[in-house]
Amino acid sequence: MPLSVRTTETLAEAAALLATERAARFLAGGTLLMRAVNEGDVSFSLLVRTRDPNFVRMRTAGGRIELGAGVTMARILAARELAFLHAPARAIGGPAVRSMATVGGNLFAEHPYGDFAAALLALDARVQLATGFGPREIPLEEFLRGRDRHPRALVSAVVFERPSDPAAFRFHKMTRTRPKGAAVLSIAAHLPLSGGRITGARVAYGAMGKTPIRARAVERALEGRPLSPEGIAPAVAVAAEGTDPPTDSLASAWYRRRVIGVVLRRLLLGEG
Amino acid sequence: MVTAVSFTLNGTAVAAVAEPAETLLSVLRHRLGDTSPKAGCLQGTCGACTVLLDGEPVLSCLLLADAAEGRRVETVRGLADGPTLHPLQEAFMDRFAAQCGFCTPGMIMAAKALLDRNPNPTREEVIEAISGNVCRCTGYLPIIEAILEAARRLAARR
Amino acid sequence: MRIRKELFADERDDDLAIVGKPVRRQDIEGHVTGRTTFFDDRLVPGLLHIRCVRSTHDHARIRAIDTREAERVPGVRRILRWADLPKKAHNILTIFNFGIDDEPALADGKVRYRGEPIVAIVAESLRAADEAVAKVRVDYDPLPAVFDVEEALKPDAPLVNEYIGRNWFRYWGDYDCQQIRFGDVEAAFRQADVIVEGRYQMSPIEHAPLETQGCIVVPGEDGRFTVYTCTQGLHFSLDNTAAQLRLDTNRLHFIGGTVGGGFGGKVDTVVEPLAVLAAMLTGRPVRYVFTRAEEMQVSSPRGAERVYITDGVTRDGRILARKIVHYHDAGAYSRLSTYGTIKSAAHHPGPYWIPNVWVDSFCVFTNRTPSSAMRGFGVTGGDFALESQMDAVARAIGMDPLELRIKNAYRDGDMKAHRKLTEGAALIECIQVAAELARWPLSEEARSASSRIGGGGDRGRVPPTPPARTRLSDRGEGERGRETSRIDAAERPSARATTPPPSWLRSEARAVEARAVEDGARRAAEGGEGRRREEQEPPEPPRPASGHGALRFSSVFGSRRR
Repeated sequence: MPLSVRTTETLAEAAALLATERAARFLAGGTLLMRAVNEGDVSFSLLVRTRDPNFVRMRTAGGRIELGAGVTMARILAARELAFLHAPARAIGGPAVRSMATVGGNLFAEHPYGDFAAALLALDARVQLATGFGPREIPLEEFLRGRDRHPRALVSAVVFERPSDPAAFRFHKMTRTRPKGAAVLSIAAHLPLSGGRITGARVAYGAMGKTPIRARAVERALEGRPLSPEGIAPAVAVAAEGTDPPTDSLASAWYRRRVIGVVLRRLLLGEG
Repeated sequence: MVTAVSFTLNGTAVAAVAEPAETLLSVLRHRLGDTSPKAGCLQGTCGACTVLLDGEPVLSCLLLADAAEGRRVETVRGLADGPTLHPLQEAFMDRFAAQCGFCTPGMIMAAKALLDRNPNPTREEVIEAISGNVCRCTGYLPIIEAILEAARRLAARR
Repeated sequence: MRIRKELFADERDDDLAIVGKPVRRQDIEGHVTGRTTFFDDRLVPGLLHIRCVRSTHDHARIRAIDTREAERVPGVRRILRWADLPKKAHNILTIFNFGIDDEPALADGKVRYRGEPIVAIVAESLRAADEAVAKVRVDYDPLPAVFDVEEALKPDAPLVNEYIGRNWFRYWGDYDCQQIRFGDVEAAFRQADVIVEGRYQMSPIEHAPLETQGCIVVPGEDGRFTVYTCTQGLHFSLDNTAAQLRLDTNRLHFIGGTVGGGFGGKVDTVVEPLAVLAAMLTGRPVRYVFTRAEEMQVSSPRGAERVYITDGVTRDGRILARKIVHYHDAGAYSRLSTYGTIKSAAHHPGPYWIPNVWVDSFCVFTNRTPSSAMRGFGVTGGDFALESQMDAVARAIGMDPLELRIKNAYRDGDMKAHRKLTEGAALIECIQVAAELARWPLSEEARSASSRIGGGGDRGRVPPTPPARTRLSDRGEGERGRETSRIDAAERPSARATTPPPSWLRSEARAVEARAVEDGARRAAEGGEGRRREEQEPPEPPRPASGHGALRFSSVFGSRRR
């Protein structure tokens, strides 16, 4: 059956269409879905898009940031008030990919992609889902855990708190080639300091599991510690805990587990 | 079932019929006869299909054609001013920045997007600008040199 | 760039018009203006498209292929099978009367590598072809597969290619490999102070051209087929397409010459025969272009090569003997690997004068993607091994690696192992210039060495070479490969140990020893082919360089004293 396209006015209409049409997939930037089309994937035959302005809206004033799922990496890079997100946004593809790839799409990117999702995970983002019955909001971590069971879920936006100190948010992507390359692994960390000690650390990994994951053991080991070589040593020691990295053409699982502590230490000490 | 799409291609208003899910690359190549953007990987990885959409580099192999509706599309075919080549084209020729030539149209358009926005780029900015474009022949150094050279020639012209 | 005109000045007229001066490529204006016409830039109306159903197994018998559902997909015009092929198996070198027709263009009831084409769908659109591909049901009976050259040479290894009849290519009717015999390596090993063994392995390398391979075939009114193609060998591909389709060559008109990156990967003539056949059977123009995934998975890569080198060396850095066993992984079909193997033997023992040389170069079949040409195939893998080995030799005897190379470099008048006299040697001068540019200190002796001095004389003669039972008809078809060509260490009398390396080299030499032992231990832990060797000869830790016996540096078994 030839591929067809439906464009809806609202996110709710798109969600309803996706809920009823098994052969439908939602098209945003196209950097994932159109690859599948071009490589001969015939498991879907309807592309659903939306013109809903909420889908591409950015709300960046104040402490609460809302990024429409259709916001591109290029728009994030153009937004000065989102400077803390520029490193993960620049980690996505080259300039042409970034002018197409979206925030929402990155949440669906399969290993080894999804570096921006890792960054959002470290920001403790919540995902707004459009459904036929109205919007729903769930933690990104929960969304990622169930993602592969719901290929037709429609993300409308992600929401998160702006880091009180932009320097508290760090991101590093390790690649074989520079400046652009798929991830050997990526690390995002939010490390608020209180009296020189970390309180409420959030650390997330890309390419260290089927989806981006939180590094809970590292977070626990950082709690109340200073960002010093001695202070972070226990966290580095448990860097690979809870990870299940795939083996692919970029790196073996063994290598990823072996090197994650090195990259984590550099990130935490600001040597990245 | 077909749809119609119209946009400005290299300064000229064009219109074409297209299948609903046809890519901009396919419309440019097969409907409008501009075969300068290439189908290298069709995966958004090689950059050979790069064209400018309202001045921004996009991957025409991953973009549905109607995304260009009413907008401005530029390809390497539109770069020369009559018989006078664009400094990027001249510099690519002088610096031996093309061998097989397959990546060249996308490479030059990625470079043009950079120079239009940033006429005096650093070497690192040049590398970043073409980071989404793969060349398997040259090893990139002549390309980087050619883009820097083009920037110098453009500056001298101003 | 600077041209060293002072070197060999008397050997040429100093009238270089182009070398050293920037020139424009003649085709570059087309490239920068987007006017260069690649094969896929031909706009042909009414095209049909080909996509292949490809094997999901590395090795399997095909019990049944069910295309009934696929035939019903709207837009499908024809499904090509093995039965449709005018010639049931082909190899691109048999048009030169070399090799064996060993590869069916579509599976002949068996698949021998993952991704092998089984049937070809010819449809009105790529989408229709893709849908039909998804609907073809192939019933496989999986067979054991072999992926390692040395495993493939074992008597009980699964037979990969029935057309070849064995997992190695038979050269010149009576040899299981391409051979060089020059002097007496065994006698020379007994004279050596140090034996250095190395094992070198290259993985397959994909050319990854920006333009994937493909062609467009247009049937003409006159019964001819115009083929727009990206082949690197226009006449070669025309002849091979005609041979495969049993057509007179004047029925084909190939148009090419513009290749979107080739690197050797576009000579195998894989797409043209199927596309012409489809055009013949449908009367329509046909386009067959690999997807990027196909280009990566099923187009021929540079083959994997494994090279074992054993050198007998004197303490002062003369290589007395070099013994090489070279395995070329052809994958499931010959393509050009039979030739690549000949090239590998022709390149050994490297650009050095070594008075005793022994080479066995095997073309081995495995259930991997068929390998073929890529930029000096046969030679590049050998060079990687040879030059890595030269560094290992230098470390083992504590000599500067460039001095070692200059000392052993071919000079004019030297007899090569292939019975050709060396002329126009220039390696020494290249190394001298490279050392100068790299500010690498060379001894006075190395700096004053010349390719024109010191060669010839005794070095210009073919040494006495013992008769060897190397023909299959002499020794039968038993075990082969390194097992039969191993040096028997027990035969080698003790030789004096090397002097310790200079201090600046010592840590490096130790590192090499340590790595060799680590490698052995790792292989033992991993099992597989590594374990097999370890069972025969367990690794031992290196011992201090004292006592008797030639010091043996080995990345194969670890370092030990004999």
